[in-house]
Amino acid sequence: MIEAEGLTRKFGDLVAVDGVTFRVDEGEVFGFLGPNGAGKTTTVRMLCCLISKTSGEARIADYEVGNHADSPKIRKMIGLVPDNVGLYESMSAYDNLDFYGKLYDRTESQRKESNEYFLKMLGLWEKRDTAAGTFSKGMKQKLAVARALIHNPQVLFLDEPTANLDPESAKMVRDFVLELRKEKKTIFLNTHNLDEAQRICDRIAILNTRLMAIGTAEELERTVKGRQTVIQLAQVSDAVVRALERLPISNLSYAGGRATFDVADPEKENPPVVRAIVEAGGEIQTVTVQGSTLEEAYLKLVRSQG
Amino acid sequence: MNLRHSWIIAAKDLKGIRHRRTILYTIVVLPLALSLLFGYVIQYAFSSAPDIKASDLAGLLDAFGFWFVIIAAIVPSPIASYSIVGEKVEKSLEPLLATPVTDGDILLGKSLAAFIPTILATYAGAAIYMTLVDRTLYSKVGYLYYPNWEMVVILLLLTPLTCLLSIELNVITSSRVTDVRSASQLGGIIFAPFMGLFIAGEIGVITLDAVTLLIISAFFAVLVIAMFFLSTRTFQREEILTKWK
Repeated sequence: MIEAEGLTRKFGDLVAVDGVTFRVDEGEVFGFLGPNGAGKTTTVRMLCCLISKTSGEARIADYEVGNHADSPKIRKMIGLVPDNVGLYESMSAYDNLDFYGKLYDRTESQRKESNEYFLKMLGLWEKRDTAAGTFSKGMKQKLAVARALIHNPQVLFLDEPTANLDPESAKMVRDFVLELRKEKKTIFLNTHNLDEAQRICDRIAILNTRLMAIGTAEELERTVKGRQTVIQLAQVSDAVVRALERLPISNLSYAGGRATFDVADPEKENPPVVRAIVEAGGEIQTVTVQGSTLEEAYLKLVRSQG
Repeated sequence: MNLRHSWIIAAKDLKGIRHRRTILYTIVVLPLALSLLFGYVIQYAFSSAPDIKASDLAGLLDAFGFWFVIIAAIVPSPIASYSIVGEKVEKSLEPLLATPVTDGDILLGKSLAAFIPTILATYAGAAIYMTLVDRTLYSKVGYLYYPNWEMVVILLLLTPLTCLLSIELNVITSSRVTDVRSASQLGGIIFAPFMGLFIAGEIGVITLDAVTLLIISAFFAVLVIAMFFLSTRTFQREEILTKWK
């Protein structure tokens, strides 16, 4: 649905986005993770045909980003929630949605139907005639998401949708994104919230001007260091130590009754270890597989460029 | 360009203007107050000097007529500032630019939102002024002074051109300011050259007759075209998102 190859944007001498290549499939929730100034917003603006690219290629569905004739078609099939919601504060929630519905050439009956649908879905129907400026941040953010969906776009770009929101409002917005995922919308989510990315994204790309890594949260976690198996024993006996030394396992260590070693495929590699411990008379209390966190992966990748 | 999109944007801004008291005052009070004042001055002139002839007052009447050009320069400034800089301050331009509307659609919509109330207010003020003057003159000297060619040129050529010029200047200054008040004040500098023309007419450097007004209109038409290209170059989504302050 979205493809970028070597996408680059420079502002004078400053390279904001440097040769970014990725692909987002239809119906996927794709997280774009990176620190402030990493080029996330610039990438979204290029993909939404708001600013031009310096070099590289990008496509949304069958349309080419940067092609003058394709730009209006792209803008018709996408919805954007920018980092600043940009609602018309003196206008009511209903009028905010209706204005955008008109710009997308929706008929009056279509607008009426979709305005009501989204306002009810977001719990804002009772406040439909209230000025958007009086809403809480969470309500404004939800209204901005509804505004971006008013024309039923195939692709939704969300730029830091939960930034500056209190936990309850952030959850409200996240739950709404998860609802949209069920509707098979392609969602491109810019965020620097690791937990949020891990919870709602199918795949995540880590950007720091250049694309540092791309994959599922689990795949990214593994880029830092492999997983480890931790076996808690009642007692680490000499027999258990000898038994484990005979096995082809790496980075084996003992601490506080725990035997820890690296594991690539736990389902395949752990059973022989467990069997060897039991045969050596060891008493296993727990077996757990630990991995590095997405946070560790993120920090390592971002700092590596530093 | 999609005129329907432009009209949707203009209608939204026009609706917003109704809730802005200071803008409403500028649109309504200025033309109305000046029309009544000028009408009263003419009435007073005739009542205080009954032998006076309309021809004696021709210079004064022409000068009063020229004030409607000045009104057309002043009134669009707060509207255009609210409409463009207000949107910039509310950060609502980015989602608007992400819709299929073109930069031209938005610019035309914003311009219509400033043009329509200005022209309506100026014409309404001029109608009141001409009615008051004609009523006085008809009762005192038995003939009507308005409409005359000077007022035809002022209302049909100079007023719309001046209004467009003021809007274009506001679009250009909008990119360099960060609040509505500064934009409005900066856009208001267009008032100065018109006052200059008015003063030049008053001290006899130029005569504000129909021919002079036509020449000024032609000059303004050229200026409007030049400023149009400048304003469209300023009002481009790339410029707005990357270079506007």
